[in-house]
Amino acid sequence: MDAIILQVLNGLDKGSAYALIALGLTLIFGTLGVVNFAHGALFMIGAFCAVTLSRILTLSHEVIDETRTDFLGNPLKVDVPYVYDIFGQATGDAIIDWAVPLSILFAIPVMILIGVVMERGLIKHFYKRPHADQILVTFGLAIVLQEIVKYYYGANPIPTPAPEAFTGSFDFGALIGMEANNIIYPYWRLVYFGFAAIVIGAVFAFLQFTTFGMVVRAGMADRETVGLLGINIDRRFTIMFGIAAAVAGLAGVMYTPINSPNYHMGMDFLVLSFVVVVVGGMGSLPGAVLAGFLLGILESFASMREVIDIIPGINQIIIYLVAIIILLTRPRGLMGRKGVMED
Amino acid sequence: MSKTNLTRRGLLKTSAVAGAGVALPTIFTSSANAFTNEPTGSTVTLGFNVPQSGPYADEGADELRAYELAVEHLNGGGDGGMMNTFSSKALQGNGILGKKVEYVTGDTQTKSDAARASAKSMIEKDGAIMITGGSSSGVAVAVQALCQEAGVIFMAGLTHSNDTTGKDRRANGFRHFFNSYMSGAALAPVLANAYGTDRKAYHLTADYNWGYTTEEAIRTSTEAMGWETVGTVLTPLTQTDFSSYIAPVLQSDADVLVLNHYGGNMVNSLTNAVQFGLRDRIANGKNFEIIVPLYSRLMAKGAGANVKGIFGSTNWHWSLSDEGSKAFVKSFGEKYGFPPSQAAHTCYVQAILYADAVQRAGSFQPCAVVEALEGFEFDGMGNGPTLYRAEDHQCFKDVLVVKGKENPTSEFDLLEVVEITPVEQVTYPHDHPQFAGGSLGSCNNGA
Repeated sequence: MDAIILQVLNGLDKGSAYALIALGLTLIFGTLGVVNFAHGALFMIGAFCAVTLSRILTLSHEVIDETRTDFLGNPLKVDVPYVYDIFGQATGDAIIDWAVPLSILFAIPVMILIGVVMERGLIKHFYKRPHADQILVTFGLAIVLQEIVKYYYGANPIPTPAPEAFTGSFDFGALIGMEANNIIYPYWRLVYFGFAAIVIGAVFAFLQFTTFGMVVRAGMADRETVGLLGINIDRRFTIMFGIAAAVAGLAGVMYTPINSPNYHMGMDFLVLSFVVVVVGGMGSLPGAVLAGFLLGILESFASMREVIDIIPGINQIIIYLVAIIILLTRPRGLMGRKGVMED
Repeated sequence: MSKTNLTRRGLLKTSAVAGAGVALPTIFTSSANAFTNEPTGSTVTLGFNVPQSGPYADEGADELRAYELAVEHLNGGGDGGMMNTFSSKALQGNGILGKKVEYVTGDTQTKSDAARASAKSMIEKDGAIMITGGSSSGVAVAVQALCQEAGVIFMAGLTHSNDTTGKDRRANGFRHFFNSYMSGAALAPVLANAYGTDRKAYHLTADYNWGYTTEEAIRTSTEAMGWETVGTVLTPLTQTDFSSYIAPVLQSDADVLVLNHYGGNMVNSLTNAVQFGLRDRIANGKNFEIIVPLYSRLMAKGAGANVKGIFGSTNWHWSLSDEGSKAFVKSFGEKYGFPPSQAAHTCYVQAILYADAVQRAGSFQPCAVVEALEGFEFDGMGNGPTLYRAEDHQCFKDVLVVKGKENPTSEFDLLEVVEITPVEQVTYPHDHPQFAGGSLGSCNNGA
């Protein structure tokens, strides 16, 4: 029982990341009709927004400490962050400690800008081209973005810890009245799940309850008619691309304390996110979210020792296996609509 | 308008000449040379096959820095580094056998096929007489086999799997780096001392060659001192989030977690393990402990504060105070501004050892070099007295047991040496079960 609860919890945070990425993918596909293989790269860039902000916050000047020596026997050069000079050491430390949450504010405008530039600069030229062309150009873009990040940040994972207050773990088992010390769950993963729920809720609310969202939804259903009504639907779709990029970026920012970011982290998520979108149903936002959590939890269960002992290697294929079964029984995915990608 | 004068006879002639030209420089067929890529001019070319892209690109960059430094020292430049402390004094600082050392580089991408292709290209196109480098055992084994066929010497870079000098050993291949068995043999007594002999260990193992041999080595040596292995789970090499593998550890009755992971795998699995509170955990009335059999700088850097207090092993560390290490750290540090990694050290040493063997043999001929390296005993290269054993071409030397440092002073000062395990303790017979099934065969001069 403990094991099952723990794996459900584990699946939730993984599922949160899948759901956030798949949500952005579906938004872009639903509005612009583009299959965006660069979406994983946007997730990765989001993570590097956090890395960049923590680098900015720890920008330092050198102070020579005569009492200590470096590896060559010269006086040790100690880096003192500028924030110490401005705010004093205690406040400075607190600001550096909270770099990841602060990066949310930093990442939103950066990601929207990157999204808009990407859409206006490149992807817009591929609207009328076949999906295969769109996949190739966005995949190429993903590789370019990856290599740019690698050039500036190196190939190694860069540790970007959560604030001190969230680094530990808590005893979930004892909390729900079960045996203590058996179901331990890190605070940050819970934060991640909560954060994902808020972002997903906000995107749905935005689409459901604002005029802008209403127009976008109308455009998703029938782009031509909305255009004939004199509404500049293209501009709104561009903004939606920016928002989708920001969703992926935020998923990346908050993911950094879970796994140290590196330049190819986006690719690790991309393929699975596509499976999530297809299983959820192309073009269905609730489907993407549902499938994200579902596959995340399934993957967790499949990595249990008891399961691997019975079917070796199941942990590596479970998602694809389930995808095949779902597509065979429900060819449009869990919540797919008729007529999407079927022309 | 241009006019071409192509006649049937002319075409035949051209094709015949071109055909002969294409057929000539193949390395696997016989030619006038006594051995593959025999240097005839005033220079000799070495091939540095390191990961320049992919996840180990940074480690590859450090290897390349070391090779460039070695070439500089061989050609008489710089301060000479470890050539001054090396027990063999054959090298004169005028290249190798009077020939200036030049080099070409290849990108292994840490993929066996890419590494073979780049090594092949350096041998066939650039005339490299020796191939060295790499950051993975899969690559080392693949390139070693290629060098054996091509008739050039392979001086392995960072490769830790038992198989490189075990079941996949080759007469033309040599390894200076230590291996999984040695890690186990060096770590076990330190672990027994620190954590006691009544422990239950749970292994997470990367699902590839190096993972298997490391798990086997650590399991065997810890079980020999009384530990019990309660679980072993293979994790896919591509795994990034290890939470679903860490969670079952909490459910088991283990009180030690061994992470047989390298590079990014280890960074993520250790980070996840710490997040799940394993370090604060009390199991079976004892503090829960984590062990990382093979440490590298890029791993310690990537895992950040999570490595504090965690035991592992390395081949070499820049904080060693012997003359060789001091000389190497000084010349590397002054040239590049930071201390060298263990990958840089083993690569530098391999390049110097090869050059020295050629110098002593008086010939670049691979079989002569093999003979000069087999059973060669040396000192002054940072690891104390060392033997290149003739039976398996493995170096035998002291092994370092290290621990993540509590208060690092810089981003390079992450590990501290807790014990230098003497070579006798990590030596094994060449036909030890963990290394069985291989044979060196005979050396190949190629040509």
